[in-house]
Amino acid sequence: MSADRTPIEDADVCVIGAGPAGALVADRLADAGRRVVVLEAGPRFDPDDRFERSERAIRPAYDLPDVWDGDPERDAHVSSNEDWFYPLNHTRVKGVGGSTLHWQGMVMRLHEDDFDSASERGVGVDWPIDYADLQPYYAEAEREIGVAGADDNPFAPPREEPHPMPAFKPSYSDGLFAEACENVEVAMHSVPNARNSETYDGRSACSGYGTCQPVCPSVAKYDATVHVERAEEKGVTVIDRAPVQYLEHDADSITAAVYATPDGEHRQEADSFVIACGGVETPRLLLLSESEQYPNGLANSSGLVGKFFMDHLFAGMGGTLEEPTRQNHVGFLTSESHQFYDDADEEVGPFKLEFFNYAGPSPVESALGGDDWGDELLERLRREYGTHVGMGALVEQLPREDSYVTLDPDRTDDRGNPVPDVHWNVGERALRTLERANEIQREILEELGAEITWQVGPENTGPAYHHMGTTRMGDDPDESVVNARLRTHDLENCWIVGSSVFPTGGAMNPTLTIAALALRAAEHVDAEL
Amino acid sequence: MELTRRDAVAALATLGVGGAAALGARNWQRDDRSDVVDDELVRNTLVAAAEVVYPSDVSGTATFVETFLEGRLERDDHARGLRETTAEFNDVSEQWHGDEFPALSQADRDRMLREVGADTAEEIPDGTLAERVRYYVVNDLLLALYSSPTGGELVGIENPQGHPGGTDTYQRGPEA
Repeated sequence: MSADRTPIEDADVCVIGAGPAGALVADRLADAGRRVVVLEAGPRFDPDDRFERSERAIRPAYDLPDVWDGDPERDAHVSSNEDWFYPLNHTRVKGVGGSTLHWQGMVMRLHEDDFDSASERGVGVDWPIDYADLQPYYAEAEREIGVAGADDNPFAPPREEPHPMPAFKPSYSDGLFAEACENVEVAMHSVPNARNSETYDGRSACSGYGTCQPVCPSVAKYDATVHVERAEEKGVTVIDRAPVQYLEHDADSITAAVYATPDGEHRQEADSFVIACGGVETPRLLLLSESEQYPNGLANSSGLVGKFFMDHLFAGMGGTLEEPTRQNHVGFLTSESHQFYDDADEEVGPFKLEFFNYAGPSPVESALGGDDWGDELLERLRREYGTHVGMGALVEQLPREDSYVTLDPDRTDDRGNPVPDVHWNVGERALRTLERANEIQREILEELGAEITWQVGPENTGPAYHHMGTTRMGDDPDESVVNARLRTHDLENCWIVGSSVFPTGGAMNPTLTIAALALRAAEHVDAEL
Repeated sequence: MELTRRDAVAALATLGVGGAAALGARNWQRDDRSDVVDDELVRNTLVAAAEVVYPSDVSGTATFVETFLEGRLERDDHARGLRETTAEFNDVSEQWHGDEFPALSQADRDRMLREVGADTAEEIPDGTLAERVRYYVVNDLLLALYSSPTGGELVGIENPQGHPGGTDTYQRGPEA
């Protein structure tokens, strides 16, 4: 990281955003011999602070955004749909590494039908690429990230080689679920994890701290600092605390990224620009870059920048058994079921089922939050802990015009820029899908003999913190913002990577697809330089 | 159940310090780090509080507390808050009970913690005295204990959150 935050000379490529998409693109372009600079709005975090952040994850004094130094003024936002509040700052981390610093680390490939939602399911839109186009990049992304997985999922799309690392073994509670699932004919399988089941790529195996989300002290969980540091070793310049304010441009191309720093404003020129700021800040930057030429924002001749904001919805259910369930030893999942995913149609969307390893209270967190101590506290912890089980599910929502990210002209951030308004809407199909997921969860838990004590369904669901869809990919410039190579239709040197380009969301955690698309886009950026 | 050297090292690791290398390095009689309160009083206050907030059948408390406290005092911001809170807390103890907290009987120490409001207060590192006692004294002690292997085992979990206990225990059944 350079303490010098001035622009570099003769940049081939300026990447905006140091999350996984930007980091992978920068690393690949460095491999190709390109001169690359990365501008990151947030800070670079000191690796030595991770234990302190892990402690914050446990202690009640700290809210989730506090773990990675969220700044309410810098990160000010609005959620204007009162029916579907969106807790933006709980869903992202600003800084080198981006939201992979606090992610769960689940890395599944989208299914083949996810790329053809309109054709195969009769709703949504088709992507301009197919699974086969992305398949080799999925494999490459799995190697880059380091994925622990097994070829035991009969519902997964075809793969060409084993995962880079063996899967984590099933948990004790997975074994309890397995019998019930067999009785109700639900197939369980392993979970591909972006955390090391053995030493990989110079990083140690998981040591079981159990604070995976929002921080892994041992760095066994992948985050994008891996590729940022690798890119820097190859000569890439990374400038932190450098939020891009707007993009200078002429009719056909971007000429410079104007960015603020603690030392003043600077202007970074480059031959090409890659915007990698996530599903909220990417459309925001394009909208902030309005001009006489582009009064509705940059790359927005379609009028679709910011439109079709999507997230995955969470469905869950849990309770207690009359026997030990051994929860909260680790903070990640080891079993899922994708059995119902490809039943999706117009009425019910794709969803996947998750079997928790951290159902019920974590004793240490529970200890810190009570008003008791001594023997009384220990008795309470013993009563609370030990017999919980839980299931989750991720559910697709369709792209909708009434779900969008725009600028709020009435509120500004610490730099005086209008803040993002995440106006989220999910639609009836997503609610029906939540109900369906709940039905299956209830069937499994009742077969298991659980006393069900909580449920998250259509009435109380929330987002899974996956921002998608706000600069969608497509062949038709009137119906999309970027083309299949992820270059904007409007500007010849402007590329967008990240989940904002997803035309539909599927119901798989998006980061592996983000990474695969970034690796693919890096080739196109290089080819057009 | 006895808190062992392993628990002390685990507490150090959880609380973000290098581990065994730091064990026993501090001379608790010497005060060369603070102009607020000597670290012996900090140590004695935490050991005395641990006897209240830890379960009665836990032993080995003093060595355990001393060890994780070394790690705490290595973190400047935390150490400053801890020293200031401890000083203020002991001043109040003298006013209310006529003696510093470590010199009180165990029943009076329990009463003193409740009188100051640490039982019902939220933990806030820059809050009121009650909130800071909850953060720097009560919850620091509970965090160290219940994220250690022995503390976890008291509840039934060998690898509690915050402890790097590996990836075997989550696979084991209750009889293993």
